[in-house]
Amino acid sequence: MRISVLAVAAVLGLATPAFAQSSSQSPAPHPEEEAVDPYTISNDNAGARPFAGKEMLAAFHGQEGIGRIVDDLVERVQVDKRTSEIFHASDFVRLRRTLKEQFCYILNGGCDYTGRDMAKVHEDHGIITAEFNALVELLQQSMANEGVAFGAQNRFLAKLAPMKRETVTR
Amino acid sequence: MVKAGVVCLAAAVWIPGVAIAQDNSPDITVETGGKLLLTRGISTIEGQGGGGLTPWATITGNETDRGIGGVAHMTAVDLPDYSFLSYGAAVGLFDRFELSYTRQEFDTEDVGTALGLGQGFTFAQDVWGAKVRFAGDAIYDQDIWMPQIALGANWKTNSQSAVISVMGGADDAGWETYASATKLFLDSSLLLNGTLRWTNANQTGLLGYGGNLNDDHELMGEFSAGWMLAPDIIVGAEYRMKPDNLAIAKENDWLDLYAAWAINHTVTLTGAYVDLGSIATFEKQRGVYLSLQAGF
Repeated sequence: MRISVLAVAAVLGLATPAFAQSSSQSPAPHPEEEAVDPYTISNDNAGARPFAGKEMLAAFHGQEGIGRIVDDLVERVQVDKRTSEIFHASDFVRLRRTLKEQFCYILNGGCDYTGRDMAKVHEDHGIITAEFNALVELLQQSMANEGVAFGAQNRFLAKLAPMKRETVTR
Repeated sequence: MVKAGVVCLAAAVWIPGVAIAQDNSPDITVETGGKLLLTRGISTIEGQGGGGLTPWATITGNETDRGIGGVAHMTAVDLPDYSFLSYGAAVGLFDRFELSYTRQEFDTEDVGTALGLGQGFTFAQDVWGAKVRFAGDAIYDQDIWMPQIALGANWKTNSQSAVISVMGGADDAGWETYASATKLFLDSSLLLNGTLRWTNANQTGLLGYGGNLNDDHELMGEFSAGWMLAPDIIVGAEYRMKPDNLAIAKENDWLDLYAAWAINHTVTLTGAYVDLGSIATFEKQRGVYLSLQAGF
């Protein structure tokens, strides 16, 4: 994946010495997704440092479990009246991919996060605290549905919680 | 008296309907709801949002920073020699301010006869409370140690001025202030709270304020811990230090073990085992606490 990113970036002439970090190029094209403005790819965009060890990944049933949780969550946010407006115009293909990457990265599942940072992703959504809390409840339901133990759910939520500062904008 | 409590509970269930109706009006936007389950706390026996015996830095009601919320509660404690009932209502404004009123009735049952007060002699107390959340976010500040901090004050009046005087109590009305710090340690599913209360209340004021041993306000520590078992269930313990101002009636610190269950975003049920020590010369007052809180 990284090789193809570098190749594309090189072709487009975007890799400048000033940004010559290992993964600081424009996103790789995903033809099935809507285009987004160029941004710098970095795992720092994930908004949290990953767990050490593989205990949390196992609690979430590996990458397959994370995939099921994200798919379930993306279904729930479209159905729930409290959150459906936020995701009204979302690119669900991209949302699923970047959410899976983000969760997998934080749970130390061997993934890199290639999405935008939390402030950028949410800047135009005007999310309020009640909506953010609704998202938390839906994620709890998705994790419970996957059979993730409550203690492991909370350890994960503790990593996500500070993202409220960048996500809730009004 | 119980009827008043039921009316309060009914109002708490009914008011959200009114508030939602207002949401549809183009001119008035009153947002209600939005807090996570259990994070409004329950209602203390004195009416503040928090635990059962001690307030937390959380603000009552389901509202967030954009809305209003409210709760009503009814709490009963059955002890070997007494029975206690409290009921009241509270509002939360913008998850910032809390105003509460609670009525407490302490029935001395047979002790009333023994003390020459009469069978079923009842001390009643009105508690008016205000609390302001000053800093921090107990739930979401998971990357820093800073707890949520609130300051509060209570004004209390007791119905039995003459008897309090005979028992050596100084006043039939009193005030107290407190500071609470609350933090959820989400990675270990643990909630901790510490409260410092500046008070001279005897048995929370049910036996008056100040007395022949001491009339001054003193600083009392109150502590609670809770372990979340599920999004809707928390179990834990509380400890509350108390003054000891009356020469004839020694007063002990309080202790309880509790379990709270948020049936949904409206109703929370709490049960506890309480050890309230010696009350008005009758020792080992240990019993069962039950509380129903309904809110929006």
